[in-house]
Parts: sequence; C-alpha cells; structure tokens
Amino acid sequence: MSDLQTPASASAAGAATSEAPTTATAASNASSAQATGGRSFLPRNTLLRHLLVLVLCAVGAVLLLESTDLGFNAQVGYVAFYAIAAGGLTLLTGLNGQISLGHGALMAVGGYTTALLLDVEEPLPLVVVFLIAVALTSVVGAIVGVAAARLHGPYLAGATLALAVGLPGLALHFDDLLGGEQGLTVSTPDRPDWFTEIIRTLSGNPASGVKWIAYISVACLLVTYFLLANLMRSRVGRTWRAVRDQEVAAELSGINLGAWRVVAFVVSAAAAGLAGAVLALVVRLTAPTAFTIVLSLSLLTAIVIGGLGSLLGALIGSALLVFLPRLLRDAGESLDMDAAQAAEISYVVYGVILVLVMLFAPAGLVGSVRLALMKQRARRAAGRARG
Amino acid sequence: MAAATVATTLAACGGGDSGGGGGGGGSEENEASDIGITEDTIKLGAHYPLTGVAAPGYSEIPTGVEAYFDYVNANGGVNGRQIEFVYRDDAYNPTNTSQIVNQLVLEDEVFAIMSGLGTPTHNAVTDFLNSENVPDLFVSSGSRLWDDVEEKPYTFGWQPDYEIEGKIIGQYVAENFPDAKVGLFLQGDDFGEDGAAGARQYLEDQIVAEETYVPGNTDVVPQISALQAAGADLVLGFNVPSYTALSQLTALRLGYQPQWFYSNVGSDPALVGSLLARFSEGAVSDASLLDGVLTTEYIPGLDAPDNPWVQLWQQVWEESGQEGELTNYRIYGMSQAYTMVQALQSAGQNPTRDDLVAAVEQAGSEWEGPGFTPFRYSEDRHAGYSGMLVSRLQGEGSEDLTPILVTDNGDAEIEELDGEPASPPENGIPEEEPIN
Repeated sequence: MSDLQTPASASAAGAATSEAPTTATAASNASSAQATGGRSFLPRNTLLRHLLVLVLCAVGAVLLLESTDLGFNAQVGYVAFYAIAAGGLTLLTGLNGQISLGHGALMAVGGYTTALLLDVEEPLPLVVVFLIAVALTSVVGAIVGVAAARLHGPYLAGATLALAVGLPGLALHFDDLLGGEQGLTVSTPDRPDWFTEIIRTLSGNPASGVKWIAYISVACLLVTYFLLANLMRSRVGRTWRAVRDQEVAAELSGINLGAWRVVAFVVSAAAAGLAGAVLALVVRLTAPTAFTIVLSLSLLTAIVIGGLGSLLGALIGSALLVFLPRLLRDAGESLDMDAAQAAEISYVVYGVILVLVMLFAPAGLVGSVRLALMKQRARRAAGRARG
Repeated sequence: MAAATVATTLAACGGGDSGGGGGGGGSEENEASDIGITEDTIKLGAHYPLTGVAAPGYSEIPTGVEAYFDYVNANGGVNGRQIEFVYRDDAYNPTNTSQIVNQLVLEDEVFAIMSGLGTPTHNAVTDFLNSENVPDLFVSSGSRLWDDVEEKPYTFGWQPDYEIEGKIIGQYVAENFPDAKVGLFLQGDDFGEDGAAGARQYLEDQIVAEETYVPGNTDVVPQISALQAAGADLVLGFNVPSYTALSQLTALRLGYQPQWFYSNVGSDPALVGSLLARFSEGAVSDASLLDGVLTTEYIPGLDAPDNPWVQLWQQVWEESGQEGELTNYRIYGMSQAYTMVQALQSAGQNPTRDDLVAAVEQAGSEWEGPGFTPFRYSEDRHAGYSGMLVSRLQGEGSEDLTPILVTDNGDAEIEELDGEPASPPENGIPEEEPIN
C-alpha cells in the first residue's frame, strides 16, 4: 500500500464512497507544467504546449517506424488501436469515475462500420470512413451513456458487461450482412503514390502495405491523444473531475451530473469507435471472436496498470498488452519449453505481474512515478520552509 | 534481399565440404533460394489455439506435425535441408492470429505458412499472406474459403470441405434410412451452412427440423428439445467436439434417443469421451454414449490400429519422445506434415515460394499419402481431399459402412473410388519427383 493513501479512502475501501479516490487516480491529477511551478521549456499556453508535444511525438514516431523493421511496424499498429481505445476509457474511468466493461463492443461498432464501408466498389476516402465509424459509435455510446448516467459502480459494470456480451451476437444474427462467425474481411485501402515517394526520400525504405497501415494507426493515435489531452486540460476536464470527486459539491456548483456523465461516455465511445476502425485495418478482419469480453478487460487492464486518467499511462499499458505476453513467451521458449507450455506460462506470469503492480504501485506506473515526484517536491519545499 | 545475398555468399564459401546431408541426391548445390530457405534449413510457420476454449484436441495437432518433421529431419531432411517448424498460440482470436502471423512472416521470415487452424482465425490472415506472396498451405479447416484461385492464389485447403462431406452423409442417409425424419444440428457458421447445403441435396424431403447453435453458448437444451418436438429420429450434427458432448448429455437428460450422425470434425471418441466426463462431472465416464454413432473418415485414425499408416504414425510418435499418447489430432498433424514434405520435394532442390505453389498445383493431385482419396489440386482448384467414407463408432474402433466415396462441390456425382488406398513407403518418407 502506498503510504500516501489517505486514511479516509483506506478505511472505505470497497464501500461506496463520495470521497476522492486519491491514490487510484493520482495519474490524472498531475497539474500541467506551469502550475507545479517547476522549470519547464514548454510554452505556458496549453494548446501551444500540446501542439508542440504533438509535433515532437510525430517526429519521434516517424524516426521509430523508419529505424525499425517491418515486423515492429506491424506491432505498432496493434499498440495504436489498443492505445486509442484505452485513451478513451481512461478519460471515462480516470477522469469521470465511470467504469465500462463494454468498450470492446463499442470497438466492434467502429470495426464493422469500417469493414462494411470499405467493402464496396468505390470506397469513400479513408478519413470519411473513419469519421462515419466514429460518429456511429458515438451515437451508440450516447444511448448507452444515457442509461449509464443513472447507474453507479457494480450496476454500471453489469450494464456495460451486457453490452460486451450481447453486441457481438448481432454479427451472428445478421450473418448475411455482417458475415457471421467467420467475419468480414477488410480490404486494405490502396496506398497512395505520395506515401511511397515520401518514405523513399525520407529513409530509402521500400513502402509496403504494412508500413502504410502502421502510419495510419499512429496518425490516428496522435490526433486522438491531442484532442483528448486538450479536453482533459479544459473546463470540460475539470468539470468531469468535479463530478468524479464530489458529486454534491459539483451539483451545488450548478453542474448537471447526468448530462456530464453522458458527454464523457460519448467522447469515450468515439475513441473506441476509431480504435475499432483502426483494428479493422490492422487485423484485416472483423469477427465476433475478436470483440469478446476479453478485449474489454484487456483495455481496463491497460489503463489500470498504466495509471488511471493518464494518456501516457494508457499508452504504456497498451504497449505492455502487446509486447509483454510476447516477451514472456519468447523467454519461455528460450528455456526450452514447447510452444503450448510457453503460451500457458506467459498468461500466468502476466497475471502475476499485474497483481504485483497493483500491490506495489496501486496508482499505476505513471501515477506512482508522479506521486513519487510530488512527494519529493513537497519534501524539498518543506525543507526550504524550515531552513 | 540483403539477407538472401549474404546467405548465398556463405553457401558458396561452405559449398566445398558437404554433400548436402544425404537425402537430396540432386546434382546442384543447395542455395538460399528464397526467404526462409537456407543451404541447410527450411523454416515453416503455423498458428493454433494452444490456450483457451478451442485448445483441447486442436493444441495436439502441432505436436504431431513436429513429430513427423523430426522424423524426416533425423532421416536427412528434405533435399538435405532440416525443417524448422515454428508454431504459436492465437487462442482462437483473429486479432491474435493476425499479430502472430505478421510476426512469423516479417520477423521469423518463414518460407511458408502451413496448417493454420480455424475458419475465422485463418480468414484474418489470407489477405495478408497473399499480398506478401507467402504460400499458405493446407489450412486446418473444411471451409470453402480456401479454394479461391482468383483472390487467394497462395492459399490451399487440405481436408475435404464441409459441403462434400454433407453430400456424402446425405446420400448415405437417403439410401439407408429412407424413412427417417432427419433433424439438423448445426454450428452457426459456414461449417453448419455448407454441411447442411450438401446434405439437403439428398435429404430435402426428409428434413423435419434445422437447429443452429452459437459457439460459446453452452446451453443447447432449446435446440435439442426442438429436434425432439419435431419428431426427428435421426440427427445430423455439423458441430465441434464440445457440442457433441453437450448434445449427448442434453439428449440423455431429455430422454431423447435418435440415431446420431456426427460429421468428422465432431466425432473424435477420445476427446468427446474426456469432454463428456468433464461436463457431466464424472457421471458419464467414457465415450460409451457414442457407441453406434455414425460418422465419416478421410484419413486412417486410431480406430484402425492395424492400418500401416497408423503403425507408421505410432512409430514416429514413439521416436519423437514427446509426452502423451498418440491421438487422432496428432495423426491429423502428421498427415498434414506428410503432405507438406511431398510439396517441398515436388518444388525442387532450390525452390522459391512460387515454385512451392506451382508444385502443389501441378503435382498435388498425383500425391499418394495417408488420405483415402486424391487431392483436388490443380491450376484452377485449391481444394483438398475429394472424399471420405461413412463408418460406425464401436467402442475403441469403428466399422466401415461404405466403400471410399469421392465427389466434388455443386451437383457432381458421388462415385466409388477407383483403386486402392496407398500404403506408406518403406522408410515412411515420401519420394516425389521435382516438377521442373
């Protein structure tokens, strides 16, 4: 247990409480650079600062994709769609305090929409396809959100769980349109000539379908995180935190709790929709077996392990989701296990690692680092005050 | 490309001192002729559910494939090259399948993918494999999706597809149970659909009910009681083994005793027996419920211990030293591995990926192996075995009820196979002539 946990939340563990979940969501509470009073080379204006980070990340992503092989490029696509969905979920859970076990199903909405729109003679431009997928998923999210706004804790989890279990069944029921159990194959959109040109002049690497999809995924990830980061730092984000931490105080300040919860759910669903669209491109198939409850739980795992409410945490959690089982499996195989044993062991070790992180870093990886930094800063400030 | 050049240079340097490991016999030197092939190795990749709900049974297939490749490697390999077989777990989730197949192709750089298991899972990777020109041989699924030369020139099926199985079952029932009221118990995907379409060609007038289950939903009481209510006294099941067990237990509970006829996929007595024991929590302890059940076969299995192929598989399995008993799933894997060795031999001493595909198209229909019938491979078709026979399960063994029947999709006639099934070569390793 972290020694920073307040007595109130420790004693009320497991019980319904209106106290702020200080530790669990520590990652979301870090103030922006200038507010902490620390030295920073980043601009003070939030939008400018985020734009600068966006450009830096984009440059970093291009460097990463061009300096690694195609195999790694392909893996990046998987990290991207997990991270987009986890970003939306971390906003919902970390900032607004709602839980959703149904984000896998919302991804299915985005994925199937994309598959259907691309499966025509002359498909619409990819951007339009993605926007339609996002819009449609937002509508579904709004409907679920209206129901969800009235529910709390386990009841909300139950309702969204029903979504996760039920929605993929639609694909089996309308199998003429949605392909049934074997799913819809997604045709990869043609890669434009300018992309091939740019890659050739940039790094001399040959452009391929895999690389094209990796760039699309990373672009979607960066745009999503840019928008989400702005939202989280804005009045909207503060309102969500108020709704999460003190319902009564928030309501007294004139905040309509239900409406803001629905808005959070819609934004979160929109991200899940885009994640589903990217998944469809990366996996090249949308099938019910890809959108089971396991997907929803994986997303939840990613945001908890990374640090609730932090986009960086969601990204780290998603990267772990993709790379950790693989590393564990390879480690198992290098210990002379056969593939089946290595696969089984990797799940066990993965679970153990999750439990350890929860025990020793309950605020998640990013949250714990931030807490440690804040503690250090506080100690220094206290030292100065004394001296 | 750079890797291939380096390997070629190495081959040229080291070429003087070895005769190619014995098995080859060609006059040329071995070269690294394509990705995944070196002077002395060939790398093949595969995906299977090794964990999760689909793992029981299916996770044994790769151990069979591996056992046979080990056997071939111990006897000199293919053209002096050792076969490296890399397989990974996809937990029967298409997202995982695409991820690990990406890895097999782009990072492990396999020469070809073989034996990829499952319709939804493999469906996620055919587009990628075909766009990267990677041979995608002998998919472990009877879906008709793999026989599509136009769209998927690198993909080949292996087992008889579900439609021709449905036809053969349909004709047998129409001839031998002309008065039966037939109920269909189908998995809700193309497995059930294709099977039913085949059976309906012969049984349209006899079918009184058609019930579908959704994989994953373990309650089949509604389906089984609907079949009972419709008065079906013969039930055709196009379902996976766990649903054979579930349907048997449910029927037992409802006091429903029709003649059961399960397609090949769902009828492995050993696996169904262990599932029955598990689902019934010990109340039903073996596969005795399956006595008298009708099914189909297209390769010899454990029910025929005296078959020379089964004896070969027994020997291969014992020599491999892996844990566990020989099972029908391991035999399935070994049979696929045998076909794969034939394909590699036909492709020539220094094959490219395209040579391998050409070899299956040109020579595949001539290969003699464990399968009862020839393959349907040609330049226009990528469909696997052309037929099967009907048998009745009896304890550990089974009794053949028909001669070997061959047919094709659509309204092709069902005919008896001309000639005898092949017996294995003396040393258990095929010897195919290269196509060029």
